[in-house]
Amino acid sequence: MSRITVEICVGTACYVMGAAELLSLQDAFPSIEEEILSFKGTNCLDSCTNPTCGKAPFVRVNGNILHAVTVESLKKTLHHELERLK
Amino acid sequence: MIYNNAMLIRRDLLARMCKLMFEGELKEKINRLPLEMVPRHSKNTRCCVHKERAVLKYSAMGILGFNVKDEEDEFMPLSEYVQMAEDRTEFTDVMLTVVDVACSSCVKINYVVTNLCRTCVGHPCTFACKKNAISIHGKAEINHDTCVNCGMCLDACPFNAIIYQPVPCEESCPVNAISKNENGIEYIDETKCIYCGRCLESCPFGAIIEKTYLVQITNALKSGKRVKAMFAPALLGQFQDDPEKIIAAIKQIGFDEVIEVAKGANETTRNETLEFEERMEQGQPFMTTSCCHSYTRLVEKNLPDLKPFVSDTKTPAYYTAEMIKKEDPDCVVVFIVPCVSKRHESYYNPNIDYAMSFEELGAMLVAKQIEISKCEDATCDTTIHASGRGFCYSGGVADSVKQFAKHPEKIKEILIDGIDKSTLRMLRQLPQNHGDANFVEVMMCKGGCVNGCDTLVNSKIALRQVKKVVK
Ligand code: FES
Repeated sequence: MSRITVEICVGTACYVMGAAELLSLQDAFPSIEEEILSFKGTNCLDSCTNPTCGKAPFVRVNGNILHAVTVESLKKTLHHELERLK
Repeated sequence: MIYNNAMLIRRDLLARMCKLMFEGELKEKINRLPLEMVPRHSKNTRCCVHKERAVLKYSAMGILGFNVKDEEDEFMPLSEYVQMAEDRTEFTDVMLTVVDVACSSCVKINYVVTNLCRTCVGHPCTFACKKNAISIHGKAEINHDTCVNCGMCLDACPFNAIIYQPVPCEESCPVNAISKNENGIEYIDETKCIYCGRCLESCPFGAIIEKTYLVQITNALKSGKRVKAMFAPALLGQFQDDPEKIIAAIKQIGFDEVIEVAKGANETTRNETLEFEERMEQGQPFMTTSCCHSYTRLVEKNLPDLKPFVSDTKTPAYYTAEMIKKEDPDCVVVFIVPCVSKRHESYYNPNIDYAMSFEELGAMLVAKQIEISKCEDATCDTTIHASGRGFCYSGGVADSVKQFAKHPEKIKEILIDGIDKSTLRMLRQLPQNHGDANFVEVMMCKGGCVNGCDTLVNSKIALRQVKKVVK
């Protein structure tokens, strides 16, 4: 019953700009939240070639594409999303 | 590599500079780059936009290949340095430069009285201090002019109210090669430096930057000369893609040929195995590897007693570059490296023209918008023995030698996995104290080259990925 999908772009541009570290973030959430959160890597979202989309790395959370994502900002976003579900 | 904001800013800068280089607009647009990256109303991590921009300017100067401390005229714009880089034919063996405007924020005196100080009656700290550097003004206070950093007060305080605050770069340097100059700016003593790159990684202000050959390399790529890239084995762990795709992506940047240094690693293993067997026959107690350039610098500068035991076999890069230049003496050889030490090694190798880091390669791929997974598979050199690709992690060199040896059961190895105080002591004592071990593999980075200071991803991920192509 996963309700938040976190798709981390692991295309080259995003990977170079730190996406590999974002993937390891899934270990930071307790198992109960793990059931709600589903992490997966995804191919290039084509945002990297469009300057209006902002900076790599890109992550899609429930369909919304976030840019310049860091471990710090993604943690915040996900905690926020989890709060909303409660 | 260490994942933090300083590293993200550096990568962004590198990628933007590469883009301008490929588009031939570097000279024209570089002066604006700091402004573009830090617009007037951006949120900053440093005090103000002006400081942030100044740091970017001097970081760019380093990336263009110049020592920040050599600046003569503060008014000189980056575009002039671009011109100088383009005209440049002579280089030096100084690989790192300190961005002074970013530095100087760290403590001179490492002991700090925190607000845990209970203002106790006994104040044993003042009694412990031999230099009378502590006085009590409500709270204990340390006088920075008289304190000698001995740490007696820290031991004396019953409330643990005095702490030791390290200076990250100084703390990380295994050979004490970095210290403050009279202005409080860190200074790297080249006579001591072993190019391990620890200071570069550890500075959370991003104040230490690696000088690059990016201008020269991109110019060579445009010049019509044949430019060949040879890459260190650790590169195969840096992306999630297969070697065929990674090689294809490097070619897409514009390199005419891409050669795995794993090939030269096979040659290193072959020679090292023979050398080992010879040395054992002669009755030598043990032999250490020599593929890590930072390690051989360490022996040279700090552990002379170990020198007779270091293998004379050349590094994988040496054999690879030799092969390339023998076949094609006129080509330009670019070595893609995981660390500063390999860059330093390249400088002294006449067969290698330029070195560039994994990080710089990443920046080039971003700048050229190359998506590795979409590249058409290139062909890999199938003559390479897979163990050569394993040179990049701890245990990999010993494994390779065992696979090539006539009597692998006679090899009793010790692995020195990363340099720190305790492994340094171990190395120092090796001639007297090596137990029954006769083969010592030394890697200065914990985990091996997959953890080099210029790598793109953390070493756990890289190791997992590399193992796929070794087994
Ligand atoms: S690589 Fe992530 S959007 Fe293209």
